[in-house]
Amino acid sequence: MYTQIAANTFEQIITIFSKPEYSNYLWLGLGTTLYISVCAALLGILLGTLVAMIKIQPDSKVWVAPKFICGIYTTVIRGTPMALQLFIMAFVIFAIRGFPLEITAILAFGINSGAYVSENIRAGILSIDKGQTEAGRALGLSSGYTLFRIIIPQGMKNVIPAIGNELIALIKETSIVSMAGTVFDLTYVAKVMGAPNELATYLAPMLVVAVFYLIIVYALTLVIKLIERRLRKSEKK
Amino acid sequence: MKRNKDEKFLKTEKTPVEPFDPSALIEVQHLTKSFGELKVLDDISEKIFHGEKIAVIGPSGSGKSTFLRCLNVLEDPTDGHVFFEGNNLCNLKVDINVQRRRMGMVFQQFNLFNNMTVLKNITLAPIHVGLLELKKSKRKIFALKLKNLFKSKANKLPVPTLQTSAKKIKQDAEANAMRLLNRIGLADKANVYPSTLSGGQKQRIAIVRALAMNPKVMLFDEPTSALDPEMVGEVLSLIKELADEGMTMVIVTHEMAFAREVATRVLFMDGGKIQEQGTPEQIFGSPTNARLKEFLSKVL
Ligand SMILES: Nc1ncnc2c1ncn2[C@@H]1O[C@H](COP(=O)(O)OP(=O)(O)OP(=O)(O)O)[C@@H](O)[C@H]1O
Ligand SMILES: [Mg+2]
Repeated sequence: MYTQIAANTFEQIITIFSKPEYSNYLWLGLGTTLYISVCAALLGILLGTLVAMIKIQPDSKVWVAPKFICGIYTTVIRGTPMALQLFIMAFVIFAIRGFPLEITAILAFGINSGAYVSENIRAGILSIDKGQTEAGRALGLSSGYTLFRIIIPQGMKNVIPAIGNELIALIKETSIVSMAGTVFDLTYVAKVMGAPNELATYLAPMLVVAVFYLIIVYALTLVIKLIERRLRKSEKK
Repeated sequence: MKRNKDEKFLKTEKTPVEPFDPSALIEVQHLTKSFGELKVLDDISEKIFHGEKIAVIGPSGSGKSTFLRCLNVLEDPTDGHVFFEGNNLCNLKVDINVQRRRMGMVFQQFNLFNNMTVLKNITLAPIHVGLLELKKSKRKIFALKLKNLFKSKANKLPVPTLQTSAKKIKQDAEANAMRLLNRIGLADKANVYPSTLSGGQKQRIAIVRALAMNPKVMLFDEPTSALDPEMVGEVLSLIKELADEGMTMVIVTHEMAFAREVATRVLFMDGGKIQEQGTPEQIFGSPTNARLKEFLSKVL
């Protein structure tokens, strides 16, 4: 019986790749997932960097309000479920007819990962000895120049792996996007392909998209390792 | 100059500025520093003159490092003023970065930039400052040329020619760094990263890194305290060389023999105040302050 299932599944997998009616779904799903992930990651890194820069500012009058807002942002985002944040975005904030759900999703996932990225960056910067900043400032370098020339290059080494993990989590998390409506991402197209009036089984399509997610994540892991090695090499010799 | 009236200082509760002594290189007026409830510096007024070598001694926690760090405002004073070459460093209108370029500082923990080679450590600030100045003069020349467009031939303003270039600034900084490295016998270390150096080598490089900016004064915060005993000598002899060349310096130290040999004036700090000061002979030979006597009986 199991050999029968295996044989059928193998056949269905072939079908998925060979018949355009299915393979088109697959490529559409891959494209949508990558589109949402990449845009959300960029937004998250941008937002996270900005928030981290604000959070490391000294406790002076000018920075009290921005730091307070950033504190609320990271607390709320990290303290509530991703699905809920997506629903609030889709059904409350962007509950506009015809507003593309992809954009809503990019914003929701980007804002979410921004909170985590900001904490990673902040921790990376704080992990650098205060003496490095002091030496830079004592030489008459501005705080910005010291940060970008001395602190961030050293902090990067610690931050890159953490951000990499965050991006991997983000890619996998985008699979919930169809909970908020119709978006043809990888997870949703698997569901569509497996529907009773299509392949009438979920095993094959789910297996295929699982491998797709795996490949994306694995490729990203390799890229991060490569960057990490580069950064390490430039410090030791 | 419409100063004075709208001057803004680091903190609000500032004592009024008193006229500074133009002959002093550094003058502190009523310098006070608190960390929360803890008053670390208590109303210190002091002048440091060109060519002086000042040793600051005192028990642990007496505020020596804090005093030194207030001199280049690495630590914001809670109250009082610090003048360097007549500029009030507590005045927010004074560009602190420009002033600090003329004050070298050497730390107990060396603080070489870990992500840069020795050469880059030394040239980073000189090149950066050189390029900033180059940009400024380029802008000035451009503005002059623009103005000249609207002037008749006879009235044209003279436009200076650029004496330098980015490339020359970099070459000069590197040549100067190599000269300094040669001086301390570490030219062969120019292209290595700090993690491969001994403590004594790191500290001597930290000293020449500060020297590369041609400072008017050098501030040392226990430069030999983090070193293995066999490396203390090489660092102290470099500092002594600088002293002999006439460099003005303030040095916080636990090396009493060194203070006695090099200092022209010794400040004894305790409880956030300068309890006693004088020549090394006075301080070590005939101390009067009870706390100083007690301190010396422990360390000598
Ligand atoms: N950033 C800070 N925050 C809070 N307290 C501080 C800070 N820096 C220094 N202190 C406190 O101020 C006091 C004086 O410190 P300081 O480092 O100036 O002493 P010191 O004379 O240099 O001592 P040592 O010989 O141990 O270096 C100490 O009690 C120290 O704990
Ligand atoms: Mg100290």
